[in-house]
Amino acid sequence: MESFYTRYKNPLVLIAVVFIQAIGLATQIQRPDPQSSARTGSTRLIRVWAVSAITPVEHALISTGHFFRNTWYGYVDLHNVRKQNLALQAEIDHLRMEKAQLSEEAGQARRLQALLGFKEHFASATVPAQVIAGSGTEQSRIVTIDRGASSGLAVDMPVVTPDGIVGKVKDVFRSSAQVLLINDRESGAGVVMRQSRLQGILKGSSRGQVFISYIMSDEKVEVGEQVVTSGGDRIYPKGFPVGVVTSIAPDRDNDPFLAIQVKPAADLDRLEEVLVITKVADAEPDVLAGPAPTRAADVLAQRLPGVPASNANKAGAPALPGTTAQPATPSTAGAVQQPANIQKNAVGPGSNAPLQGQKPAAPVGQPAGLPKRPSAGAKPQSSPSATPAPRSEEKTEGKTGENAEHHNASPATGQKGTRPTPRPTPSATENPPR
Amino acid sequence: MSITISYTSREEIAVHKFSWVAALGVPLLALLLQTFLARPFRFITIFDLPLLVTIFFGVARRRPITGLITGALIGSVQDYLAGVYAGLNGIAKTIIGYFASSLGLRLDVENPGSRFLMTFVFYLMHQVIYTAIDIVLVGGKGVPNWGRVLLSAFANGLLAVPLFSLLDRLKIRG
Repeated sequence: MESFYTRYKNPLVLIAVVFIQAIGLATQIQRPDPQSSARTGSTRLIRVWAVSAITPVEHALISTGHFFRNTWYGYVDLHNVRKQNLALQAEIDHLRMEKAQLSEEAGQARRLQALLGFKEHFASATVPAQVIAGSGTEQSRIVTIDRGASSGLAVDMPVVTPDGIVGKVKDVFRSSAQVLLINDRESGAGVVMRQSRLQGILKGSSRGQVFISYIMSDEKVEVGEQVVTSGGDRIYPKGFPVGVVTSIAPDRDNDPFLAIQVKPAADLDRLEEVLVITKVADAEPDVLAGPAPTRAADVLAQRLPGVPASNANKAGAPALPGTTAQPATPSTAGAVQQPANIQKNAVGPGSNAPLQGQKPAAPVGQPAGLPKRPSAGAKPQSSPSATPAPRSEEKTEGKTGENAEHHNASPATGQKGTRPTPRPTPSATENPPR
Repeated sequence: MSITISYTSREEIAVHKFSWVAALGVPLLALLLQTFLARPFRFITIFDLPLLVTIFFGVARRRPITGLITGALIGSVQDYLAGVYAGLNGIAKTIIGYFASSLGLRLDVENPGSRFLMTFVFYLMHQVIYTAIDIVLVGGKGVPNWGRVLLSAFANGLLAVPLFSLLDRLKIRG
């Protein structure tokens, strides 16, 4: 008589193997590790082995492809040309080759310039990387890049191109890393509409589309509106291009909200060179582009110059280092006539508009001899104590040039043009990517 | 006494063996090509080379346990490389490997027509299993575009015919 196991050996083994894998799958899902990607929590070691085994081969394949391509264009093709042409024709062909090479180098230079320009404006430290592989399936939108922990990469670092954001680093290995693209269904990013200032969460779908969620259906969003990062997810730099709204429809899964489809600014299907932002410039220079914060007491003092100025002098306020204290003179009365100008130019923390043709009035306690507030990008010439320290939010919000344009995009700053939403500000942390 | 009904000749149900190089190299090559070629050629994701290799080895070896283990290993490595939860492809390909091996015991799966049909059906089955696991175990909401799945099944069926013929040369006939 056949034993039960002998008779049903094959189905039993099948059930056992499937069961083991199901347990492993459940273990990954039930172990939310905030320090690392949940999808790799319990399989980190095996994943490292698998990727480490494949990555060198991919490197070798790319190198081999480059070798053959270079050999073909640099030698074989040239050899055939030389065989088929006279000396003059060969020279012409050589010039054509040189021209093509120069054209290629010019294109590369333009790309590098774009990368460098981006680097100067948005991030303090980036690592350029080349995409060497994709996920190979429609179920996930992940690419592998040729930089890893040895280049300073870490999990959750943003990956971008000059066109827009690409994704974030999901897994880091020694010499490679996996990047979760923004159109993966597991991804998430805090975004804001450039015009309407509405905030939402950018999410991918199983079909590789990108949607913005958590925007109320009664909000007005227009097709073609640009979307930028909000910085609320603490991953992507604020104000970086994300894409353009392509369609708007009610979100069937979240009834009161809209499902806004976005066309990513970066071409996610043809990624070749990307930048990994290893360090985001979160500390701004002390010298801000905007006007100094004006206290109500200072405004009052400027409108009533005689009393506080004389009080200050009577109190024997010591001169600030590097400055010369001057007694109150009628010349300070000039400040009385200028507050209107100050108010006119004070358009917000992010404003870098100078006081055109005007000299700012010295506030109370600030002698007239105090050096004028330097313009954007200039180093402070006076003692730090002479200039009112900017508030913490100004340190992160006030920027110059292009930075100012992007960094002023946050509704949190309460700037002009900001449209407050009636609901709590969403952030990617509310719906953390798995 | 049980009698196994088979529609194959005695020669056809012979268990084929492969060298270690082929047994390891072909799945690795399939995984490598699937991830490597997907970058410059996005359309390559319409194919599932690891699945085709799983089916081929399952059918050729005609041993269910060997077939399901082959599917489990290939699927798991594919999960690791694709960055998805380890087990999604693993479970799906385990089941496919098992059924492919079982099918190889009973049907003639060596002519092009049956290979196309078999691959077409197995691809659909694989997608159904994958989606079911994704929804039930992972909690995913993504339902695939079934029109695209049908197209992929057709494309994989077409690819299977020349691919399996090519891989037939790796068989060790004893």
